[in-house]
Amino acid sequence: MSQLTISAPRSILHSVRRAAIEPASPIDPAPDAPTLVRSTQRGHNRLGLGKADRRGWLVGPALLLIYWAAGSATDFIDPRILPAPWTTVHTAIGLIADGRLPANLLVSLVRVVEGVAIGTVVGVVLALIAGLSLVGGYIFDSLMQLKRAIPVLAVIPFFILWFGIGEVMKESIIVLAVVTPVYLQTHNALRGIDLRYVELAETTRLSQWQFLRHIVLPGALPGFLLGFRFAVLWAWLALVVVEQFNATSGIGYMINLAEIYAQTDVMLVGVVTYAVMGAGSEALVRVLEGRLLGWRRTLAA
Amino acid sequence: MSAAVQPPVQPVVRVRGLVRHFTLKGVLNGIDLDILPGEFVALLGRSGSGKSTLLRAIADLDHEAQGSGELEVPERLSVVFQDARLLPWKRVLDNVLLGIEGRDARVRGLTALEEVGLAGREQAWPHELSGGEQARVALARSLVREPALLLADEPFGALDALTRIRMHALIRRLQAIHRPAILLVTHDVDEAIELADRIVILADGVIESDIRVELPADSDARLRRFAEVRATLLAALGVQVAVAPSI
Repeated sequence: MSQLTISAPRSILHSVRRAAIEPASPIDPAPDAPTLVRSTQRGHNRLGLGKADRRGWLVGPALLLIYWAAGSATDFIDPRILPAPWTTVHTAIGLIADGRLPANLLVSLVRVVEGVAIGTVVGVVLALIAGLSLVGGYIFDSLMQLKRAIPVLAVIPFFILWFGIGEVMKESIIVLAVVTPVYLQTHNALRGIDLRYVELAETTRLSQWQFLRHIVLPGALPGFLLGFRFAVLWAWLALVVVEQFNATSGIGYMINLAEIYAQTDVMLVGVVTYAVMGAGSEALVRVLEGRLLGWRRTLAA
Repeated sequence: MSAAVQPPVQPVVRVRGLVRHFTLKGVLNGIDLDILPGEFVALLGRSGSGKSTLLRAIADLDHEAQGSGELEVPERLSVVFQDARLLPWKRVLDNVLLGIEGRDARVRGLTALEEVGLAGREQAWPHELSGGEQARVALARSLVREPALLLADEPFGALDALTRIRMHALIRRLQAIHRPAILLVTHDVDEAIELADRIVILADGVIESDIRVELPADSDARLRRFAEVRATLLAALGVQVAVAPSI
């Protein structure tokens, strides 16, 4: 919808009036120059994108769902390749009812929660040591920067060698996946403290501990939370990988078992569960972020 | 140092032969300066004259500098920066009380906020305040420490003209109550005359002139003296004024 309309008659009136007041103006615009009449209802900047709809993110998934449902209904999609949405829902209800999905989900959830808890503590402790002392930085930082370049997948054979194929190996891999983003973002934030605040701390004669407590740690909190958000997502990704290795329980086990019996509907329920859990836990961290960083609220809004 | 032996008016700041070099900017070439207790000194100078360097030396914020000289500075010293420099993650009262502990801290903080006209805003976040209000919180943060010396580095530089006028009145009132010595770095000649007892002009890292303002109370005489000091300062700063301002 255009907000600009061209109105010729008004422009003529305009120029006639101006001519009467300043008859000798040599730089008067051409008398037939169009006048822009602006609507008083202004939705957004002329060149901006405008205001986003809050439910707009649903459009993509909805389109995909429609395509999937239509394809399944018309036999365009072979149910052996991809089961229909209603089959999947039906299977999911069945899996929940007979307790297989909740039991396996609980096992996976425990792995992720423990891995995230241990990995976050390790990442934060390392970041504090490397971020707050020069020697700590010399020892740990280059190692962590190197570790960042090694994909978790590549060390799994070693972890199996060291820790066997049981729970210890699985959780160690998740811990490893969590430590990296937590460490990197927290360390970065700790070392990136604004020099102006350091000056402020000096002139207000803060002790070393007060400086840490009032300036360094709260200043690094946004960085830590960003790392934590990545970490939660990565933990679920690492889970998918480790549950392919000799698991006897968990969502990955459920998927593997279904694969053997070619139960594509069960496999799909497993994949959807991963997606829901990953996205859900990330959303939870966002809520936590909003609470802890209340002082930034208007910047984000 | 025992007060009984010393003469009655002992300077609160004593600078002797202060020399500072930096690799990149700011040079002081031998500064001697005394500031008396309760004295309001404005430091004027063109940009690059070393006025901020002198303030940072007195505030002990120039660790990266090379130099020599003697500095005697009171223990109780506060700095007001050009930006309000409030911690965005602390509410107004906690910003004022940064590093202050003890049972009466809260009461002192609330009193300081009341003095700068921000009673009732103690739970606000810094980003919810206007620029002028932020500057007033920074002032409260300095005053709550009861400084013997207040160093201010162009504290009103970022404020609009009307807010500046209000801040001038406020800082004069606060100085009358708390009596700290104040060293104000500014590039605004009128602000210096309006506020200071004494104006020191820096040029090329040395003190070029040292002028007592002494504005009379009577309004006509006050305007005349204002113009006189202004002309002197502008001349000392090397600014050519074609016609003396007619008042």
